[in-house]
Amino acid sequence: MSVDPARKRKTRAVTLLTVALLLAGALVYTSFSAATEAATPSQLVASADPERSYELTGKVVDGSVRREGERLRFSVRDRGGRTAIPVAYAGVVPDPFREGREVIVKGRVAHGTLVAERDSLVTKCPSKFTEKEAARA
Amino acid sequence: MAAVGSACLFVALLSALFAVGASLYGVRPGRRRWIDSSRRAIYALAALVLVAFGLLEAAYVTSDLSFEIVTQSSSTDTPTFYKLTGLWSTQEGSLLLWVMLLSIFSSAVLFATRRRLREIVPYATAVLGAIAAFFLTLSVFAESPFTLLAAPPAEGNGLNPLLRHPAMMIHPPMLYSGYVGFAIPFAFAVGALVTGRTGADWIRATRRFALVAWTFLGLGVMLGALWSYSELGWGGYWAWDPVENASIMPWLTGTAFLHSVMVQEKRGMLKVWNVSLIVATFVLALLGTFLVRSGILSSIHAFGASTLGPPFLAFIALVLVGSVALVLARLPVLRSEAQLDSLASREAVFVLNNLVLVGLCFVVFWGTFFPLISEAVTGTESSVGPPWFNGYVTPLALVLVLLAGIGPVVAWRRATPANLRRAFAVPTAVAAATLAALLLLTPAAESAPSLIMFTLVGFVLAVVAQELWRGTAARRTMTREPAPLALARLVARNRRRYGGYIVHAGMALLFLGVAASSAFVDQRDTRLVPGQTATVGDYAVTYRAPTARFLDDRSGTGAPVTFGAVLDVRRRDGGESFRLRPSRNYYAASEGGGPMGTFGRFFQGESTTEVDVRWGLRRDLWTAVQPDLRALIGPIREANRRFSGVPVEAQALILAAIVERYRREAPPATFRTLVSPMIAWIWIGGSVALLGALLALWPTAGARSQRVTSLYAARLGRELSRA
Repeated sequence: MSVDPARKRKTRAVTLLTVALLLAGALVYTSFSAATEAATPSQLVASADPERSYELTGKVVDGSVRREGERLRFSVRDRGGRTAIPVAYAGVVPDPFREGREVIVKGRVAHGTLVAERDSLVTKCPSKFTEKEAARA
Repeated sequence: MAAVGSACLFVALLSALFAVGASLYGVRPGRRRWIDSSRRAIYALAALVLVAFGLLEAAYVTSDLSFEIVTQSSSTDTPTFYKLTGLWSTQEGSLLLWVMLLSIFSSAVLFATRRRLREIVPYATAVLGAIAAFFLTLSVFAESPFTLLAAPPAEGNGLNPLLRHPAMMIHPPMLYSGYVGFAIPFAFAVGALVTGRTGADWIRATRRFALVAWTFLGLGVMLGALWSYSELGWGGYWAWDPVENASIMPWLTGTAFLHSVMVQEKRGMLKVWNVSLIVATFVLALLGTFLVRSGILSSIHAFGASTLGPPFLAFIALVLVGSVALVLARLPVLRSEAQLDSLASREAVFVLNNLVLVGLCFVVFWGTFFPLISEAVTGTESSVGPPWFNGYVTPLALVLVLLAGIGPVVAWRRATPANLRRAFAVPTAVAAATLAALLLLTPAAESAPSLIMFTLVGFVLAVVAQELWRGTAARRTMTREPAPLALARLVARNRRRYGGYIVHAGMALLFLGVAASSAFVDQRDTRLVPGQTATVGDYAVTYRAPTARFLDDRSGTGAPVTFGAVLDVRRRDGGESFRLRPSRNYYAASEGGGPMGTFGRFFQGESTTEVDVRWGLRRDLWTAVQPDLRALIGPIREANRRFSGVPVEAQALILAAIVERYRREAPPATFRTLVSPMIAWIWIGGSVALLGALLALWPTAGARSQRVTSLYAARLGRELSRA
């Protein structure tokens, strides 16, 4: 039995397109459902869903970093404000981590504290090496 | 010096603009000399940019602090090796590096094609000139590397300690060479589209450049991963960080391109696909360059917000829109010359491989830009993490490795059952045996993806070995050479083909390392005091003693203070035992900065993890230490109180005493220890792939023998016609 080649090509193209669309749909769906919402300290202090995971961005409050055994505790404040939320973190502390620097840390909020996922701390590169204003000053 | 450099860049910009104008003007018949002139303008451009680059490097080596960028990223006490690399850690320097590499690549390709592709070359020259002009415009008018400071400071900032790693000397230039290299096939594709000469000529002319770009980019990505593993204190090599993703995306589409162009060369198919792929690759390369510098996505690499966002985005948009319009306008001449005959054919496998690679690229793209996408759609910025990426990438990678085994040996057009049997009987048996052995002898079944990956790796290696074996055997029956010689000559005579096979074997080994190390790693974070022991996997790790060094940094990064630990590591079943010495380097905070005073600033600046790894084919033992410096606060305060005013030499003695105090007090320290099985195979596989790529790139005697053969054929033809 021979199939018309044009029809065969059409079937292939339709199959391929369907698979691609299904995959793209899965991609879109899973990314939205698995995503972690970015939040600032003031947003989390105001209202935080304990079931959800957040990605907190802000600056490490001066004088707030303490080590408790294997845990690191510090507070993160808004970039341009003073509202702060305490963070409990375990795992690798990135080399540039320091008070006053901008960090991103992921976790859930429990009793007003962000309990961070292990190794989720990212520190942005220190401004000394980036901002020209710093060099000029 | 700065004036000379600025002038060089300005004249280079004029050369680039002249090259664009002259090459387009020279397209008309009888204006051949304008084309030659535009080519020479590109050579001049390369020379001028090289001079500018050389002047800047000289300023770095001599620590000329009147240069703004030298002040930013170097200092008199930065080790010379890292002075040299300081240039491309700055935005100005990296732009210049980009345009320098572009001008070198452009000169090379225009020299190679100076007597060929007469229709396409002028347009390609114009495209390359325009790209160079864009970057030079930024360098001349917005981000001049030759900006001078009115009042040079006494000392510069020094190179960011995180970048003080040998891989950083080569990683950025490699990545940039990769990004830039794809400009060459892109420019020729544009030329082919404009002239309507959309056969395989442009592909043949730039194939080697595409392969060079691919090799550089792959090597750059691998060195970045190695840097992450051996310099950053987290123990991994890939984190789906936006900038890593940006570098892998053009590599994926570039890999697809290298495969799909073979289908066009052989069968005249996939023309639209090929030009689209190279456009996508080049746009992604531009995007990669842009992402590192833009700061629009949060990343450890995002070196602050830059002013270059708008012009860069406009340029990327222009390239994308222009290329798409050109492809659409030329659709009629991009018709396929043939149809896919069968799904059991090499072209079908290549198409599938392309779809998987492009799918992978799309996954990475979506995940990387998801923060922007979600903000546009829902109004809140959110991001996806490594588990999301892994969920898609793992199955796609498995399919890819399977195809890497099938593609090289399945027949073109339509494979017969006999062909399939001959090609796959042995490899399938090897794969089955691998699977059985893994199930019986190892705990590999605990991770299904890894188990499948190991089996597929066995399959790919068997395919490559079988091909080498058959080729060698065939050659020996004809030549009676000894086996090693026959193998060497076989590979040397078919470099492109066997180079490709070796790349496939290398990638299989790389995935072996990825699968084993990601599924079976043992990791432990512990806080120990000297004498205590922690167990990690099959190893017992004992914290023997702390170490403290002052002005004696063994890794050559120029850090004044180093604290570390001596660890005794013993296999618990009584096997090997060895010592590891992880440490941490401390760089002084700038003078007067920090609340800790004269002496405290030496412990308050940047600090970097210096990992110690016991490398091994079977497993790596990786350790990092985070010393606890609280014990030093008292001594530092006391020193600040009593000795702040003493001369510098005396300060050094006191500092040495404080540093020594750490060793004597021996406070607890936090350790991260990893036992990573077979992770070394990532680097080994990558090196094998590199070797294969170099083999495929090496100029063959083929080109010459082809010429000789065609001369011979012509003579034969003449003689036959006379007869």
